[in-house]
Amino acid sequence: MILPELVCPAGSLPALKAAVDNGADTVYFGLKNDTNARNFAGLNFDDKSARAGIDYARARGRKVLMAINTYAQGGNVSRWHRAIDEAADLGVDAVILADLGLMDYAVRRHPELRLHLSVQGSATNYEAVNLARELFGIRRAVLPRVLTLDQVRHVIEHTDVEIEVFGFGSLCVMVEGRCLLSSYATGESPNTHGVCSPAKHVRWEHGEASLDARLGGVLIDQYGKDEPAGYPTLCKGRFAVQGDTYYALEEPTSLNVMAMLPQIIDIGVAAIKVEGRQRSPAYVSQVTRTLRAALDAAGREAQRFSVRPAWQQELGRLSEGQQQTLGAYNRPWK
Amino acid sequence: MRVPELTVPTRLARLLGRLPATPPAWLLVTSLNQLVKRGVLPADMELLAERRFEVRLVDAGVSLRFAADSRRFLLDRQPGEPDLRLSANVADFARMMLREEDPDTLFFNRKLSIEGDTELGLIVKNLLDSVDWHETPLARFMAS
Repeated sequence: MILPELVCPAGSLPALKAAVDNGADTVYFGLKNDTNARNFAGLNFDDKSARAGIDYARARGRKVLMAINTYAQGGNVSRWHRAIDEAADLGVDAVILADLGLMDYAVRRHPELRLHLSVQGSATNYEAVNLARELFGIRRAVLPRVLTLDQVRHVIEHTDVEIEVFGFGSLCVMVEGRCLLSSYATGESPNTHGVCSPAKHVRWEHGEASLDARLGGVLIDQYGKDEPAGYPTLCKGRFAVQGDTYYALEEPTSLNVMAMLPQIIDIGVAAIKVEGRQRSPAYVSQVTRTLRAALDAAGREAQRFSVRPAWQQELGRLSEGQQQTLGAYNRPWK
Repeated sequence: MRVPELTVPTRLARLLGRLPATPPAWLLVTSLNQLVKRGVLPADMELLAERRFEVRLVDAGVSLRFAADSRRFLLDRQPGEPDLRLSANVADFARMMLREEDPDTLFFNRKLSIEGDTELGLIVKNLLDSVDWHETPLARFMAS
């Protein structure tokens, strides 16, 4: 039985080490600029920490991927090209790209560099995945979190490209690679600037009875005294719609596929990804350790597998909004 | 080692709140400067320069105020609002520092509050996360 690779996030060198120490097969990271979709002040890697991280993972037999998963912006394309050159120079195991123009650059300039199609590339069907393989020779595609398990199986059955799916982490409104929602409040979006809610546009206001979240001056949520809070993104705000104030787009929630691991293994998923490069080494340790245990158990026990309450509790605690969902995987959509 | 679920008793907090905050703030500033000097805290001081910080230990009733210039951390004796205020109970700060708990998790659970400049808050959080305690004698206290 071949288990899917467990692919874990690293926003810093200690987080990378935490992922490796707790059982990640592969870690992924980005550089300190807008060439990746977690472009937050003080997060991510420079050349020195990237080299140290790659050495640490390699010495323990693990793989390292570099995310260059935003879209190159007009007038500044060279920054994205340099990021690809740096990835090749560092000798990462693969780069995770969304922009087709950058794929073309990577193939021409660094034919030996292994390419993964990012979730931001928004390929939801095997035709799109196979086209990227024909054009650029991609070896793996990360599927957006909009497909049911049957639809994931359908893609896998019709392509030679390895398929990676999300296993755990904050869910968004799930139009990955196509979302410009935050632009309406901030002028910046994940694809263009690498952030959904740029911190400089976020204000937390502590009032008498509530904590108010503002993005670009727009009130997006009010939390009661002990009410769990979420990330200050537009898609998870509560809005007044026709006299009713509620989560009109998406609730703060986390994806957790633990209950479906045997099926995910069964249909031939190549890798399971954990979201959260913006989170701390403590999160990376806890999630990696828990999913490592669950994945190994699912491999051993197959259909007899059951989720242990302790795992569920551990991941539940770390979840945004403290709710978890199987997301689209178990929807009855056809 | 796990940090126990304790809060500072109200009576002790009342006493602590009446003591001058300068000695603990001085200790904090001195420790931070030591960490920077030894290269443990990889602080880009340019990002922190001329900014004012407050760490509020809610259950202990103690507020530690400090500032930074382009080289080091300093005591902040000026009145007025800081640029960034982080508030939590002592045990939750300890969990965060020992990597038992993720700051985002504490924030989601409303155990950590961030006021002021959110981007500065993120810079500070990411700075703490990037400290490699493996390289220091404190390594044995850290959660794995």
